[in-house]
Amino acid sequence: MSKRGVADYIRETQVWKSIFRHGPPTNARNRAAVVAGNVFLHLHPIKLKKSGVQLGYTWCMGGLTFFIFLALTVTGLLLMFYYRPTAEYAYNDIIALKEHVPLGIMREIHRWGAHAMVITVWLHMFRVFMTGSYKPPREFNWGVGVILLVLTLLLSFTGYLLPWDQLAIWAITVGANMAKATPFLGHGGPGAAFAQIGDFVMVSDKNDVRFQLLAGRFVGEPALLRFYILHCVFIPLVVGTLIAVHFWRVRKDGGISAPL
Amino acid sequence: MSQERVHLNRREFFSFITVGWVAFTSAIAGLASLAFRFSYPNVNFEPEMDFIAGYPQDYESGVDERWKNSFGVWMVKQEGKLVAFSNICTHLGCVPNWLPAELKFKCPCHGSGYYMNGINFEGPAPRPLERYAISLTPNGTIKVDKTKIYRWEKGQWDNPNSFIEV
Repeated sequence: MSKRGVADYIRETQVWKSIFRHGPPTNARNRAAVVAGNVFLHLHPIKLKKSGVQLGYTWCMGGLTFFIFLALTVTGLLLMFYYRPTAEYAYNDIIALKEHVPLGIMREIHRWGAHAMVITVWLHMFRVFMTGSYKPPREFNWGVGVILLVLTLLLSFTGYLLPWDQLAIWAITVGANMAKATPFLGHGGPGAAFAQIGDFVMVSDKNDVRFQLLAGRFVGEPALLRFYILHCVFIPLVVGTLIAVHFWRVRKDGGISAPL
Repeated sequence: MSQERVHLNRREFFSFITVGWVAFTSAIAGLASLAFRFSYPNVNFEPEMDFIAGYPQDYESGVDERWKNSFGVWMVKQEGKLVAFSNICTHLGCVPNWLPAELKFKCPCHGSGYYMNGINFEGPAPRPLERYAISLTPNGTIKVDKTKIYRWEKGQWDNPNSFIEV
């Protein structure tokens, strides 16, 4: 019997075998099984081109974006333990997160991470555009990516209100007035004037898209709660789902595009 | 045990499937529209859109800010007219401040300025402040109705509902 290391002993325990359904990644088959047999890794291509990990080509911007998204998810979850989305508590809870809680930097990590994610998403999009990686068969994934970009910006927008200070309230007031100018759906937008029967105004400030976004005519407590739910639950769920689709399509569309 | 086979011919099968899909689609559409309707509350706790603003003799000449915080309205008495201005900046919707020393409304967001008569003269504001409908009730009080808006650039400030003579 040849010399057996501790690693070999561990690999033969029932616990190890029940977790990992394949042998050690010492041959091509097992290395493929490592990826294909793992619920998280199976979204990833089993094999990569050498150029796929070439930093000068990919900038790793998609990967960085995903890493920052994970960091934001973790720090955001931690912040939720101390933050109450009501007019009475929201502002003070933000102060408390800095002053009354260990690791007062947690909120700053979340905030700077949000800025960084917007930057990396744009750079990722720029790289994909400049390398022509949006072309068939990857055009569907470009579309998914555009939706993810919009959702990233919406996450920034909804998170902006949560500190509930003057900057937050007026920034969201200004931002929500863009919804007011939506054609046909906002009461200040083009087309709203046509949707009128006599004195009956069909699109008004109490039933347009801005009202739906703010749950009111102006930024008040209902808007704070609505933005909190959108920021912490609704949009992250959609983003998480689309990220899975995005990664899976990278694999299905032939892996990361390569230099020609 | 007898095995009884339900026999469907091709035509029956397709009508069955069609009914199924129509039912499924309308159920989903119904749920989606319910979810949409759910996002509009039946009651909101914002200030009323119209209010009684006292008597004309309650107001001194100039800008009166007593309804600013509760209803978002400035009462301005000038040149024999009393008007109710919206306190929403026509640039991007912030709330300007009345600066009595400089006799102007000044928006803190981007610096738009308006004269006491509501006309914009500085900053990015594209048009003057909006007037709300104002009228006298039979018992002599002032009624301000925020659902009706009168705009200078549309020539609506000549409308007798946009001011009261004092």
